[in-house]
Amino acid sequence: MKNRFAIIGLVVVIIFALTAIFAPILAPYDPNQQELREGFGSPRQGHLLGQDRLGRDILSRIIFGSRVSVLVGISTVSISLLLGLTIGSLAGYYGGAIDELFMRVIDILLAFPGILLAIFMTAILGPSLRNVILALCVLGWVGYARIVRGQFLSVREREYTLSVKALGASDLRVILRHIIPNILSPVIVEATFGMAAVILAEASLSFLGLGTQGMPSWGAMLSEGAEFLEVAPHLSTFPGCAIILIVLGFNFLGDGLRDWLDPKKVVVSRLS
Amino acid sequence: MKRYLFRRLLLLVPVVWGVSTLVFLFLYLIPGDPVEIMLGETAQAADKTLLRQELGLDRPVHLRYLEFLGGLVRGDLGSSFYFKQKVLRTILERYPATLELALAAMVVAIIIAVPLGIISAIRQYSLIDNTSMFLALIGVSMPNFWLGPLLILIFSIQLNLLPVSGREGVASLILPAITLGTALAAILSRMTRASMLEVLRDEYITTARAKGLKEKVVILRHALRNALIPIITVIGLQSGALLSGAIITETIFSWPGIGRLLIQAIETRDYPLVQGCVLVISFSYVVVNLLTDILYAYVDPRIRYEQGLA
Repeated sequence: MKNRFAIIGLVVVIIFALTAIFAPILAPYDPNQQELREGFGSPRQGHLLGQDRLGRDILSRIIFGSRVSVLVGISTVSISLLLGLTIGSLAGYYGGAIDELFMRVIDILLAFPGILLAIFMTAILGPSLRNVILALCVLGWVGYARIVRGQFLSVREREYTLSVKALGASDLRVILRHIIPNILSPVIVEATFGMAAVILAEASLSFLGLGTQGMPSWGAMLSEGAEFLEVAPHLSTFPGCAIILIVLGFNFLGDGLRDWLDPKKVVVSRLS
Repeated sequence: MKRYLFRRLLLLVPVVWGVSTLVFLFLYLIPGDPVEIMLGETAQAADKTLLRQELGLDRPVHLRYLEFLGGLVRGDLGSSFYFKQKVLRTILERYPATLELALAAMVVAIIIAVPLGIISAIRQYSLIDNTSMFLALIGVSMPNFWLGPLLILIFSIQLNLLPVSGREGVASLILPAITLGTALAAILSRMTRASMLEVLRDEYITTARAKGLKEKVVILRHALRNALIPIITVIGLQSGALLSGAIITETIFSWPGIGRLLIQAIETRDYPLVQGCVLVISFSYVVVNLLTDILYAYVDPRIRYEQGLA
């Protein structure tokens, strides 16, 4: 049952990635091409998901909108992951003052609930693709750093680490060659859920008018559609479905990966 | 317990200081001249000078920082120039609405999630378990800015049962509370199920059953009580998500709370008010977390010991 969901998730994610890459080929129209006389056109042949206020084709805009989600998702998760791995490794491996310092910084960052900090930052820096990624990264690395640090604490004193150290390996070598490969599983799982969270956060920022400007994005489409709910509900329904589908896809995949990569979990489910 | 409380309160000080400092520093990131951004390029030079003085931009940074911290201690967050009154007063006027919404959302989530989680755990892998866990996954993945308009479309526009927006009476609270509470309900039902499943495997449950207690008593008195600890933690941790989710939910339903105030302040470039909203939301979150930890330590004495000794 679980496996089937994970495979569905993987398929959704792959389709989503391909859509973003081949958007210009897949989209039936230019996403910015206006047909003012056909504004609010309902879904029909030729415009499968209908047209928005300015008569732009919604399907094409959703297809191109996937690019913003992919771009923000991949860049935010990669940057956060890299930062989190570095900081978590330093804090977990050396402990002491470095650890204490980073933990206090994390305490402060975690005092901002959810996307509040990202809203605050994009509001101040101004809405743009770069600022959205920057704002999401400020808090994004914390989750990875905490996981990596925790893993380091448990692996640091293991025999294999101690023996490599006794053989005279440098700290960098111990961290990169011996510890990190052993602790990657939970980080990968976290990154998968992270993609879902970041895509949702980007859509939220766009919905609030703080997202990318000039490119079609799902959150902004939803926000515009919400104004015309009564006349044209299809404006917000379809981009919403796109968001749910992709977030669900990453969550399914994350659940599956967690079961697959975490041996403890498997034992529990075998017992039950 | 007293020692634990004292320790927790003491730990709050650096966090509150750090949050305030970060929020203060962020205003430096504003590209260009903040006064020009706030008033627009066409503003009178005299107005600009006045605002600059009011914001203290003509004084050195370290002085302003000290004044800012001093103001915070006295509860003075400066003045909103859109509402032409003290920031704290503006926020406090809106605060009850957000509190009401967050509490209502929490109630909605608990009413839906806890019974569903319990039933799913008792009837593991049954139709009801699989269905509710699938719905929970969708609930987690569904953005509230999609669910909100959808609910408005169905219940306000099509069925004409509930008001579209505003805050007048209980009826206007229903849709925003469901919109905000759904994600929490989804997480909570999964947590309740997992926690119950774990407890139900314990030996004292077998003992309770062997004693011949009714299944209802075993589930509610013996299992649920012990399963509650992680559930309480999740509720506490997720209160942050409720607070930030309230920003979007309030925007959708024109709910006159602090979240909508924040967005309005952003739109009018009322930076002192933006700063104030961010601070108050964060501080609220910190306080809720503290209360959760205290409740947690109260329910489970082992935690007091571990952290008190550390």
